[in-house]
Amino acid sequence: MAKYFKDIFTSIWTVLVGMKITFLHLFTPAVTIQYPDVKPKLPERARNRLYVNIDDCIGCDQCSNACPVDCIEIETVKSLPTDDLGTTSTGQKKRLWVTKFDIDIAKCCYCGLCVPPCPTECIKMTEVYEFSEYDRYNLIYNFSALTAEQVGEVRAKQAAYEKEQAAKKAAAVKPAPAAQPRPQQQSPGSKKS
Amino acid sequence: MEELLRSFFDIDILVFAVIAIVPLLWVLPYALFAVWLERKVAAHMQDRLGPMRVGGWHGWAQTIADILKLIQKEDIVPTLADKKLHFLAPLVVFIGSYAAFAALPFSSAYVGSHVNVGVFYILAVSSLAVVGLLMAGWASNNKWSLFGAMRSVAQIISYEIPTALAILCVVVIAGTLDLQEINRMQTGWFWEWFVFKKFPFVFVAFIIFFVSSLAETNRTPFDIPEAESELVAGYHTEYTGMKFALFFLAEYGNMFLVSAVASSLFLGGWNSPFGDFMSGPIWGVFWFLSKGMFFVFVQIWLRWTLPRLRVDQLMHVSWKVLTPWSFVCLLAIGFWTVLGG
Amino acid sequence: MAQIETIESQKTSIGKTVRTEEMIINMGPQHPSTHGVLRLELVVDGEIVVEVIPHIGYLHRCFEKHAESMANYQQVIPYCDRLDYISSMSMDWAYAMAVEKMLGIKIPERVEYIRVVMAELQRIASHLIALGTYGLDVGAFTPFLYCFRDRERILDLFEMTCGARLLYNYIWVGGVSHDLPPGFVEKARDFCRYFRPSLKEINDLLTYNKIFIERTADVGILPADVAINYACSGPMLRASGVNFDLRRDDPYSVYDRLDWEVQIGKGDVGTVGDCWDRYMVRVREMEQSAAIIEQALEQLPSGDVSAAIPKRIRPPVCDVYVRSESPRGEIGFYVVSDGTGSPFRVKARSPAFVNLSVLPEICKGYMIADLVAIVGSVDIVLGEVDR
Repeated sequence: MAKYFKDIFTSIWTVLVGMKITFLHLFTPAVTIQYPDVKPKLPERARNRLYVNIDDCIGCDQCSNACPVDCIEIETVKSLPTDDLGTTSTGQKKRLWVTKFDIDIAKCCYCGLCVPPCPTECIKMTEVYEFSEYDRYNLIYNFSALTAEQVGEVRAKQAAYEKEQAAKKAAAVKPAPAAQPRPQQQSPGSKKS
Repeated sequence: MEELLRSFFDIDILVFAVIAIVPLLWVLPYALFAVWLERKVAAHMQDRLGPMRVGGWHGWAQTIADILKLIQKEDIVPTLADKKLHFLAPLVVFIGSYAAFAALPFSSAYVGSHVNVGVFYILAVSSLAVVGLLMAGWASNNKWSLFGAMRSVAQIISYEIPTALAILCVVVIAGTLDLQEINRMQTGWFWEWFVFKKFPFVFVAFIIFFVSSLAETNRTPFDIPEAESELVAGYHTEYTGMKFALFFLAEYGNMFLVSAVASSLFLGGWNSPFGDFMSGPIWGVFWFLSKGMFFVFVQIWLRWTLPRLRVDQLMHVSWKVLTPWSFVCLLAIGFWTVLGG
Repeated sequence: MAQIETIESQKTSIGKTVRTEEMIINMGPQHPSTHGVLRLELVVDGEIVVEVIPHIGYLHRCFEKHAESMANYQQVIPYCDRLDYISSMSMDWAYAMAVEKMLGIKIPERVEYIRVVMAELQRIASHLIALGTYGLDVGAFTPFLYCFRDRERILDLFEMTCGARLLYNYIWVGGVSHDLPPGFVEKARDFCRYFRPSLKEINDLLTYNKIFIERTADVGILPADVAINYACSGPMLRASGVNFDLRRDDPYSVYDRLDWEVQIGKGDVGTVGDCWDRYMVRVREMEQSAAIIEQALEQLPSGDVSAAIPKRIRPPVCDVYVRSESPRGEIGFYVVSDGTGSPFRVKARSPAFVNLSVLPEICKGYMIADLVAIVGSVDIVLGEVDR
């Protein structure tokens, strides 16, 4: 019987305590901001959209290897010894044409694993987070600075150069057996176990 | 009010039509305002801002935009639903809520229909909503809606008893069921109001009435029929568009109805708390509406503070707490009135 | 409200002659209170639950298979984040500890203390969600927003440190990805100072509210022996009165140098092991976590956080099981290495999955509204249950 009265009293009392708290909260200022009129300032290390400074990229594939979801696709073409691709801002000489550097930002999981391995610190996570697109294919970012013709050009140059080198090598090897007859020997290791 | 209208035109049907429209002119803008108020009060209690954009200043036109949106929505009726019941249910619920406005005295000069069983009429008509809820739950062909409807019926029927007993407490003191008469008896300063008479019994009756009216209108802590976290939306899960808007309108109309009845019976209705100062037929409307709105605010306040009761606990509160206490109050008031005079 | 022992004893004499049928009703997978995509098949007799059959797997994302196909051990960590996305730091830490044990490397002191601070902040954040959503389940809408307001401050701390708010990829094998930024220690101390009065407010509003107590006391009673037999862990186990906390009983990292009390359920209102106890254990754990954070920040040594991060992770051929105390219970990773740089097998022992298995046992005889309260008190995260 006493419990009955005690229950009624506790109910009313705790209800009033709760009501007091919510009533006082009517007068505390709101903790929300009116986005998009007011935007919060993100901290320095915020991890949002990726950005690649393609001028600094040496095509080492480290970021592509580090990515757990394989959202970075890089294709490179070796440059000729006569080409001058310039140096990166960290002082390294660039030797590869980066013909394709695609990041599928829709696949990206924003883990930031691609940022530390880059030797020239050219891939960064920026603080941009408003990058929705109407068409999903616009979310594949193409960072390569070479146009399609330029890509064709460097490929063709590289293919021609390689052909040249292969021909030179073949020409360098051929005259020797014709000059001296070599005794027939079984070269060691020719039989693979 | 009737005399005023007859001085303009003496056609019966026109006079009665005008008198009948007046509560509607209040209920519709009130519902729009009350939904906005609920969202703003909820937001500020939760340290946020609520609607801010639609209409400029604190989003006052938000509800208007919502109603326009709801009107445009496709009316989806589940394939196996009972079509006639599905259509009628929101109408019945709204009628049950709105018809009771006829007996509310908005001021000393206006009451929709001056019946001398005003309080009894209000209680009876507002019970019609129960039928509507049951129709909605059953016709949706959805087990969860049926759950909501069953709970709601049990709840409303159980809580009508403490409501009626609390009202009886006032009726015993006033000696009449006529709401306009009850208001006239409370003219004067605020200590003339019934809630301060025969203290503390009428005060306890007032608390009981307020709590059970929360259950009548399905508001937290008694909002099990529409318990969002258990039943998605209870009995009105399967309703879209205008029918859903009607349910909403009915709920807010009901909120005002019980607040207005509470203020009429216990807190002086259209009487000014300062005696003659700020009193009169026009001021009466102001006092009536502001007292009603105050209780609507308290209902909103409670909704955002308290968790909800489980069904059997709700029954326990009704049958084992509110009903016995209201009996005790009724008996005490009865004895006091008869013996004290 | 006491559990209803049998349905038979309830039926009146009229009831015994009227034929009633049990209804099979489906709760979820889309349901506001199943905390994710969990499907509960209920067999109910009116409002009373006769049987509960949980169906999981709606969020299965092949974590273990992905882990096998990763090129190195570090790449698995973003996937571990996504297991229990509400307490990612704990997931990362357990996995990193497993790989570190295989490699046998020693972690610098500063890294250990930073990890403890992060894990305890994560515990507070995760429990805040548990409390907020539990309030939502029983119908109290406001504490949810107060909990989230406090959680925002923790997420700001995390964002300051590693750049992300939910899925951190912060605890790496051998260390952490970034050192604490300047101003972190001050802000974390501010947070602990701010948090205690805020917790008191939430307590006043929800925990000691009579209606809340009515909804949760004596509901879903989990006896200690049942909890142990079902391998429950974390707050579920402690609320049943079992005094077991991995941080104290199987200490890892620097927990043996920190001083705090293990919270167990005492049945303050109602029985030991009911929903209120589980809720209260979480509330009290948050206070203790704040104390741990303050101690750890005081004892924080200086040092280089990336000193021990190995360039190449190539563990010897072995297998290891390491467990730690996540906010939901015992998270364990069983990692098998075949000597290459890529894991051969990574199995996650998820606490929520095991805790969920006790649900059919403790739900019998309660009402549907109670079922919602019980599921909420188990505090499941479907990402972890389904992996």
